[in-house]
Amino acid sequence: MKGGGLRIYAVLYLVFLYAPIVLLPIFAFNDSTIIAFPLSGFTTKWFGELADIPALHGAVLNSLMIAITTSLLATTLGICASRASARYAFPGKKPIMGFIMLPLVLPEIIVAVALLVVLLALGLPLGAWTVILGHVLICTPFSIAILTSAFANMDRSLEEAAVDLGETPWSTFRLITLPLVMPGIISSLLISFTISLDEFIIAFFLTGTEPTLPVYLWSQLRFPQKIPAVMALGTILVALSVLLLTIAEYYRRRGVARAGGKDTGGFL
Amino acid sequence: MTRPPIIELRDVQKYYGEYHALRGITCDIRQGEFFSLLGPSGCGKTTLLRTIAGFEDVSSGTVVIDGKNMQGVPANQRPTNMVFQSYAIFPHLSVEQNVGFGLRRAGLDKGEMARRVGEALEMVGLAGYGKRAAHALSGGQRQRVALARALILKPKVLLLDEPLSALDKKLRENMQVELIKLQRQVGITFILVTHDQEEALVMSDRIAVMSEGGIAQMDDPETLYRRPNSRWVADFIGVMNFLPAKVVSEAGDTVEVEIAGLGRAELTANQAMASAGGHEVSVGLRPETLTIQFNGNQSGERIAEGVIEEVVYYGDMTYYDVRLDGAAVPVRISMRNLVGRPVLEIGTRARVAWSAGALVLFR
Amino acid sequence: MSRRQRSGRLGRSEAASGLLLVSPTALYALLLLAAPLATILAFSFWSQDYLTIDRSFTLKNYQEAFASQANGDMSLYLELMFRSLRISGAVTVATVLLAFPMAYFVSFHVAPSRKSMWIFLITIPFWTSYLIRVFLWKVILGYNGVFNTTLQGVGIIDEPLTFILYNANAVVITLAHAYAPFAILPIFVALEKIDRSLLEASRDLGENHITTFLRVTLPLAMPGVVAAVLIVFIPTIGDYVTPRLVGGPGGQMIANMIQTQFLKLNNAPMGAALAVLAMLMVGAISVIFVMLNRRFLGGQK
Repeated sequence: MKGGGLRIYAVLYLVFLYAPIVLLPIFAFNDSTIIAFPLSGFTTKWFGELADIPALHGAVLNSLMIAITTSLLATTLGICASRASARYAFPGKKPIMGFIMLPLVLPEIIVAVALLVVLLALGLPLGAWTVILGHVLICTPFSIAILTSAFANMDRSLEEAAVDLGETPWSTFRLITLPLVMPGIISSLLISFTISLDEFIIAFFLTGTEPTLPVYLWSQLRFPQKIPAVMALGTILVALSVLLLTIAEYYRRRGVARAGGKDTGGFL
Repeated sequence: MTRPPIIELRDVQKYYGEYHALRGITCDIRQGEFFSLLGPSGCGKTTLLRTIAGFEDVSSGTVVIDGKNMQGVPANQRPTNMVFQSYAIFPHLSVEQNVGFGLRRAGLDKGEMARRVGEALEMVGLAGYGKRAAHALSGGQRQRVALARALILKPKVLLLDEPLSALDKKLRENMQVELIKLQRQVGITFILVTHDQEEALVMSDRIAVMSEGGIAQMDDPETLYRRPNSRWVADFIGVMNFLPAKVVSEAGDTVEVEIAGLGRAELTANQAMASAGGHEVSVGLRPETLTIQFNGNQSGERIAEGVIEEVVYYGDMTYYDVRLDGAAVPVRISMRNLVGRPVLEIGTRARVAWSAGALVLFR
Repeated sequence: MSRRQRSGRLGRSEAASGLLLVSPTALYALLLLAAPLATILAFSFWSQDYLTIDRSFTLKNYQEAFASQANGDMSLYLELMFRSLRISGAVTVATVLLAFPMAYFVSFHVAPSRKSMWIFLITIPFWTSYLIRVFLWKVILGYNGVFNTTLQGVGIIDEPLTFILYNANAVVITLAHAYAPFAILPIFVALEKIDRSLLEASRDLGENHITTFLRVTLPLAMPGVVAAVLIVFIPTIGDYVTPRLVGGPGGQMIANMIQTQFLKLNNAPMGAALAVLAMLMVGAISVIFVMLNRRFLGGQK
């Protein structure tokens, strides 16, 4: 049967996709600074070591702050643009939206150097905020892509019905539109957060004296004796993102199963 | 006894850029009547409804509801409520939250709110459904929720945008009857938009037939059906046979015409629509006003003869296309399938009874 | 109802409402994308004069980029450009070819209720740290890496393979892994959109499985393939991390040179010129590809 061969291929492909990630915990618990087989025993000391690196903690906090701010800003800008594009016809819509989406197809290094050049030309100091500026720029198109379909999928007459029943445009947005696109907003926040947390090249160019987590990791990869700790850190990160994604997926499915119906209750 | 108007439309024009959607609509809709806007898609009927609701502004002309000019009054402040074509049931709210949605601003206490919602649900036959989630409802139930949600605000006018088009035939026919009953019970004006002429005839007190942004004819269902004022309206509502005819003489209230296949007939002035010059005219007659004679000449009606060219069997009815001697095109005749009455075959010669009183003259 | 009839009094100033709503985002893009790109363009026509920037117009940077070396070879810059193009092309072909059967399998051979789980499985690796993933490929492909030690252990090879790390091959393998979901998802979406009755119609009209695939499925999936190609090709050409970590001297790409100019040699104008050239290259190839695709697919939307 045709599906049989394909199924074997699919499984092999999954092995290819998961190969690096499976190695991560193996070496994180391996009692050796050399990252190669054969393994030399089980240890949790690399995880313990993580607790004693203040620079790492600073980088984690810095990255979290940047990622949270980025996801909020990018999603806000995404809501504006996607609502405008899904709901209104306005002159120059195609070129304007195309331009906003441009970072999606622009190599990140170009975004990074372009911003760097401007900041240098203006004589502005680099820091967390400059990284945020760059990250918002690349996250906004993702947010728009997610939210445009959320806004466009909503039956326009739902909003008209609320207005017809006496609500103002603003209260209609609050009572009807927002709850119905909430799954989209949440996934936009999550995806922007994840992209920002993992982004390296823009942060590499635009960060000041306080590195983000990826920039810190980059600096550690040069020192072989630091690698096992990086593996331990990577293991924690992978576990966290799998957990986060599973939760997001669970809510997305529940939302779909209930036809976007989430009981916001209580306001009646 | 003509009731006072609740809605007065005066020369309402609507342009979308170059497109002329409403071409000077003037009409009064009376208090407590069941009024239908009927027409093919793109005729402007939904635009007119949305203009009344306040979702579209007029390019010129005035909309007056309950004595107040609606210029600049947004939809949320008009004394109208709407049942949308898609029903627009809020998917994230329960049935009672949907029905009570419009009461949020009334500042009622919990008990009063629950009582009103319960009443409204009972009115549409959904008592006990309040706690259900909106997405767990069937099409017919969604429609009832939409009705209850709109009626709970006691609007002066209820607007219905093709509310039955999403339902299957059986359910649609039941809902037609229920809507009529509901309208009599609450006594407020209903304005129904529909493209289904049968639905409009069944439900309405009056019907405005719309075509290309204008009102082609506005009358009660019977007048509309029996005395359409143009070939277009006659063709749109029901089936109408048209036979070419010549005016022989006109004297006072009567017109004498020579009709192809039927012969001479005298018509009264109220049968002659849309007068214009020229002698080339046509005569319209409904399929049920013609009768095929089965058992010899029984009545004193006039008789024409022809050949059956097509037979379409419908169960309760049979449609015959009969080419009358001397006519170029066949006429359609509908006959009830009574017990013992055979279905005739193609090629059979038939005697067709008709009466001059059922004819409509189009000039 | 037609769209025409839908606009209305709420959108009386529809154009104005839309523009007002889009303006914060558009303004942001204007200030932080258009202005910087324009600045880059300006920089590329300036020159570095020790610690200061000489702002007089010059084509020096571009001349340097295109000038041949003394021995007649093409300039290092051009070589890096062409190498980037070659590597990206190879990555794109490999990624899309590998992704298509996977997308086809999930779309056509997985029960509808389990499709989202498969897509979820495919996207999870993508959400883990890119740096660490690339680094792990170095671990896998290295001289004493997982791949070599495993093959030696099984007895397939005697000596470790050396052609799989610190060269262009390693870059291609690593990037093909990193961009797999980007290729699978658009192709999967395109396949999902295909009305299954079209395939039955084709079978009914006498085509077998293979000819149905070639004459119906593949043409209808082309928009997804095109999207996949662009989505993989454009970012990989500017990738920095992968060539740096696993590329070795022979696997460096244009992004590495841009970074060197900016941060190591402190020659921003030369870096800017290279960035402009890279953008032009990406733009030109994308346009050519989209046009070719249009010509081949004719009236298909």
